[in-house]
Amino acid sequence: MSETAAVTVDDVWKKFRLYHERNQSLKAAVMRGRRARYTEFDAVKGVTFEVPKGTTFGIIGENGSGKSTLLKCVARILRPDRGSITTHGKISALLELGAGFHPELSGRENVFLNGAILGLSKKQLTERFDEIVDFAGLEQFIDTPVKNYSSGMYVRLGFSVAINVDPDILLVDEVLAVGDESFQRKCSEKFAELKEHGKTIVVVSHGLAVMRTLCDSLALLDHGNLVKVGPAGEVVDHYLGDVHEDRVADGDHGSRWGSGEALINAIELLDRDGHPVTTVRTGDPVTFRFHYDLSTPIEQPVFGMEIHTIDGVQVTGPNTKEAGLVPDRLEGSGHVDLQVDRLLLVRGIYDVSASLLDHACLHAYDVRHRAFRFDVERGEPAEQFGSVSLGGSWSVPSAEVVR
Amino acid sequence: MTRIAEYKSSRELVSNLTLRELRGRYKRSMLGWGWSLLNPLASVIIYTIVFSVFLKIKPPVGDPSGLDVFALFLLCGLIPWNLFATGVMGGLSSLVVNGNLIKKVYFPRELLVASTIFALVVTALIEFGVLLVMLLIWGNMVIPWIPMLLVLIVIETTFVLGIALAMSVWNVYFRDLEHLTTILIQVIFYMTPIVYPIRFVPDTAEILGMTIPVGAIYRLNPMVEFVGAFRNVLYDLTFPSLDSMAYMTGWAIGAFVFGLYMFNKLEGRIAEEV
Repeated sequence: MSETAAVTVDDVWKKFRLYHERNQSLKAAVMRGRRARYTEFDAVKGVTFEVPKGTTFGIIGENGSGKSTLLKCVARILRPDRGSITTHGKISALLELGAGFHPELSGRENVFLNGAILGLSKKQLTERFDEIVDFAGLEQFIDTPVKNYSSGMYVRLGFSVAINVDPDILLVDEVLAVGDESFQRKCSEKFAELKEHGKTIVVVSHGLAVMRTLCDSLALLDHGNLVKVGPAGEVVDHYLGDVHEDRVADGDHGSRWGSGEALINAIELLDRDGHPVTTVRTGDPVTFRFHYDLSTPIEQPVFGMEIHTIDGVQVTGPNTKEAGLVPDRLEGSGHVDLQVDRLLLVRGIYDVSASLLDHACLHAYDVRHRAFRFDVERGEPAEQFGSVSLGGSWSVPSAEVVR
Repeated sequence: MTRIAEYKSSRELVSNLTLRELRGRYKRSMLGWGWSLLNPLASVIIYTIVFSVFLKIKPPVGDPSGLDVFALFLLCGLIPWNLFATGVMGGLSSLVVNGNLIKKVYFPRELLVASTIFALVVTALIEFGVLLVMLLIWGNMVIPWIPMLLVLIVIETTFVLGIALAMSVWNVYFRDLEHLTTILIQVIFYMTPIVYPIRFVPDTAEILGMTIPVGAIYRLNPMVEFVGAFRNVLYDLTFPSLDSMAYMTGWAIGAFVFGLYMFNKLEGRIAEEV
């Protein structure tokens, strides 16, 4: 165990019992001469990882992969059967907001009760009370019994108490999407503030896009096994490739999946003269061309493309449905183009993904994830930071500046 | 070691959970706390009519107090009994009732059982307070006996807490323990001299031709000693015997140690089973 780890998970196993009889009654147990029969089911199988202090760590995986179980083990709600979990610092868990609220008690009484459950003293709570209520935006309703709260008010108050516990380690389970947009923004700001103050955050979520931007590193679980731990972008890509069982490698770094009635045969990047290239400059006019081949006619197909930076951050992802260009029916082979007047990518290496989906964007005929790689060199605007240029032009009214 | 530190730092939480129990109990009811007094009052009226008026049971005369009022005799036993009965029943279901909390937040789970019991102790204290006033009105000078009363309450609370700790975890695994306990409590109620004086219990009885020492068996029930001791202090105005004190303390410590042991042994999976 290293000094810098906030949470050390060492070979943790957690079994659940699946009972075969529905009711666990004393009578049934006496009749049988023992307790209900059950089979054991491993929810978490020997997971080991470390969360360094001050980082944001995510756990991703499909439903039933054991991620929430693992988080509950870290929160000490569940006790692992084998292995150990060591934590350094005060933990606050946002597993269910407002757990422990008593419906008949007022918001004020519940803040004190919930705060005490989460480990705050009365003095600390009195100091933070105004902040908590203000954050939740419930000044008017704080003396109303919480049973009269709307569900939004309920979770807002719960979130506000939990986040104001001022933990060293914050555990969050799928509760990032709370409240309306303005409250969401407050939450994100609060998370950013916590990160800035060097707090450790462990998050469990399905929201890959959020996880990629929020987390420094991720752990990917599958049926209780730890598949991969590493930088967020890398793990998300691994996962995206993984959820599609029919995927195959595509090129050197891409992956490909889909039902295959329709195929994207080739991805091309064309320069201003229509020649295929792999290197362009910032500001160049370019065309992305996707060659398709349909073995059966397809109703209302949707073409989409994505551009990722080499470390996996998505830059853009336009599609023909959003552009209002969905043909009723398409057959045979041909190509679709995305014409770009000025390519506003800053110099670097980028990957193009292409997808051919049904109209609801639920069924994938063919997806070629990060199958085409190209380089962008310094051009006009001559910028080097970030991935995207705004294409703006600076003006410095020099006379005023000098004076 | 760490556990004791955890208990220490949880004092505030216990008081908060206890307050939650108390505040939540009579919220939105018109009489509010009045209910906690109406309940024993109703019992006293019913039992007095049935046992004192219909069955003509004469309460024993308090020695040395000389008190001779059935309702007071009854209350001196009924209030400690209620603490036991509601404590066992409430403590028993405390984990299941708070399942939602157990599944979502970590804190020492014993505190849920403890706070349920403590809330009931507060209720009992109020009832005892009213009883003390009534006793004073009837001429029993109980004020010097209050410290002794508190000692008895502490011993009984320890006893009830121990039983409740063990039963609360069992109840997570066997839900029908609750129904079984309801029946058992009723049996023990009539096996304890609450509505009748203990002199009605014979020393021996002939059952199927055998001589059974009924009195001795009857006295094994710790609640007999508890009710007797509370009556000694409040009704008779005398000290309980040392034997009796030792017997109660033994039961209290035994139950508490057993309860904690059971709780720690079985608590591991309650978040999954509750």
